[in-house]
Amino acid sequence: MTLFGVPTQALFGQLLIGLINGAFYALLSLGLSVIFGLLNIINFAHGAQYMMGAFVAYFCLQWLGLGYWWALLIAPIVVGLIGIVLERTMLQRLYHLDHLYGLLLTFGVALIIQGVFRNEYGSSGLPYGIPAQLTGGHNLGFMFLPNYRGWVVVFSLVVCLATWYVIERTRLGAYLRAATENPTLVQAFGINVPRMITLTYGFGVALAALAGVLAAPIYQVNPLMGADLIIVVFAVVVIGGLGSIMGSIVTGFALGVVEGFTKVFYPEASNTVIFVIMALVLLVRPAGLFGRTS
Amino acid sequence: MTDHERRAVGTAGGPASVATPADARPPGREDAPAIGEAVVSARVPRHQVVAFVVMVALLVLAPFFIYPVFLMKALCFALFACAFNLLIGYVGLLSFGHAAFLGGAGYASAHAAKVWGFPPEAAILFGTIVAALLGIVIGALTIRSRGIYFANITLAFAQMIFFFSLQAKFTGGEDGIQAVPRGVLLGVLDLRETYTMYFTVLAIFLLGFLVVYRAIHSPFGQVLKAIRENEPRAVSLGYRAEHYKLIAFVLSATLSGVAGATKAIVFQLASLTDVHWTMSGEVVLMTLLGGLGTVFGPVVGAFILISLENYLATLGAWVTIVQGAIFVVCVLVFRRGVIGELGRLVRRPL
Repeated sequence: MTLFGVPTQALFGQLLIGLINGAFYALLSLGLSVIFGLLNIINFAHGAQYMMGAFVAYFCLQWLGLGYWWALLIAPIVVGLIGIVLERTMLQRLYHLDHLYGLLLTFGVALIIQGVFRNEYGSSGLPYGIPAQLTGGHNLGFMFLPNYRGWVVVFSLVVCLATWYVIERTRLGAYLRAATENPTLVQAFGINVPRMITLTYGFGVALAALAGVLAAPIYQVNPLMGADLIIVVFAVVVIGGLGSIMGSIVTGFALGVVEGFTKVFYPEASNTVIFVIMALVLLVRPAGLFGRTS
Repeated sequence: MTDHERRAVGTAGGPASVATPADARPPGREDAPAIGEAVVSARVPRHQVVAFVVMVALLVLAPFFIYPVFLMKALCFALFACAFNLLIGYVGLLSFGHAAFLGGAGYASAHAAKVWGFPPEAAILFGTIVAALLGIVIGALTIRSRGIYFANITLAFAQMIFFFSLQAKFTGGEDGIQAVPRGVLLGVLDLRETYTMYFTVLAIFLLGFLVVYRAIHSPFGQVLKAIRENEPRAVSLGYRAEHYKLIAFVLSATLSGVAGATKAIVFQLASLTDVHWTMSGEVVLMTLLGGLGTVFGPVVGAFILISLENYLATLGAWVTIVQGAIFVVCVLVFRRGVIGELGRLVRRPL
């Protein structure tokens, strides 16, 4: 069976790969957006923190004998705590300066983290198995769906939507959005804004680590797994509109799918298609698809 | 981003970056158009002349004591950093995609020299033109954005260039363009001679350095500073801010191209390293370490960083760790950079 002159098997296969990539784009750009919304910095260490999430999962298995499900819980907490320490000790000193210094600091931190891991574990990947409950797959008739991949797509979608719900529909989220608009006023109402900023950074980092655990069985655990991915995610965030929660979720998944289809129809452009889309979007809407112009 | 915030990046470079009465045009160039009311005195401050003479003297003597190939590498990066500094130090724009111009020009000049048989001067010129054209296109698309957006968008465009270089036929993919002939400069100077090559590179570097100096200390440079300090006000005074910023961007891209094209001829190689985004990060680090918005800072920063890389080269990933650590230290406690601090010590902008 063929569709648009391409075997459906290949078409849906690439669609699935696109959705998987899109899930990671969405999780990572969501974290970046949450952090950017409140801290106004682009967290360049996001890719390194994603990688750390995968490594924590690996360590859990190797050192503690704790499997995938535990790692899914532990890695975000551990890496999130490391993020909180980073925010408390370093980032906090930079808020009175130009926000670009935050970008440069996190860039330096990313270099250090990636360098340390590369020193210890080299550049080749370490294997990490798929949890026993999610091995195998289903034949959907038009394509074969490995269970683990389906799980990644569904789970990340749930996490993304839950995050959206908390930020847009709850009291806590209302405080958060208020602090984004006017931190001084929110502080005057008796809300501890500095602590909220710290926890927000920790949460954004935890999302990256969660993505890292999800990625471990698919891409292997590799010190440089986040280094190039994060550049693509930056483009995704720019397309969606910096700081827009729903924007990063929707564009994350959508661009993953677009990238997947590009692989089918014009493979040469699959690496650049996101950047091309970004250039086009910026020409029409400089603030991104879902961004508000201030 | 408010004006106050935007100001911070520029002035962090220290007193050097603030327009002072001492800023002046080099002698013998009285033909500069008077733009608006930017007041420029006609004298170069003496301490900068002294610093320049010291720098030239050191660079002329250096190859007789230090490995010339290392020096040539450092000089290419010094020019690259000076070009980059023009943008961040004087316009307050952080480009995270300058590798595109360095590497793009490198590929162009290597291809021209190797495949088309261009003599070195024509190859370098061709690389420079390619970088300038890239600068015009990327600049036109990005210059309206600011701060973090600008950094992000330039980064993404540089990635496009990277993937293009990875896949295009003429760039040789992972291998790059190897064994580029150095050739004979202007039909007289055989660049295969190390010292001839060195002094050619030195001449190119000094030329580029003076162009940047001239641009910064001209009425044009004063307008750039005015835009950096307070863009709405500059606009209300009648300056077309976007035009000025675009010109600065293209100039910066062009000079980065000169550096990249020269580098390709010197090392007879154009490779993916020069277009990768880590290279964009490296030039930020050089400039930051030397001192944002200082005249001599980028040169010093480039020499320090290239020396470090040279000594740490055998230690693998340690290079990245040390680079990252320098970044963190510079941002947290050393924002003026080496030359910025030095300038503060002698109370003169360097």
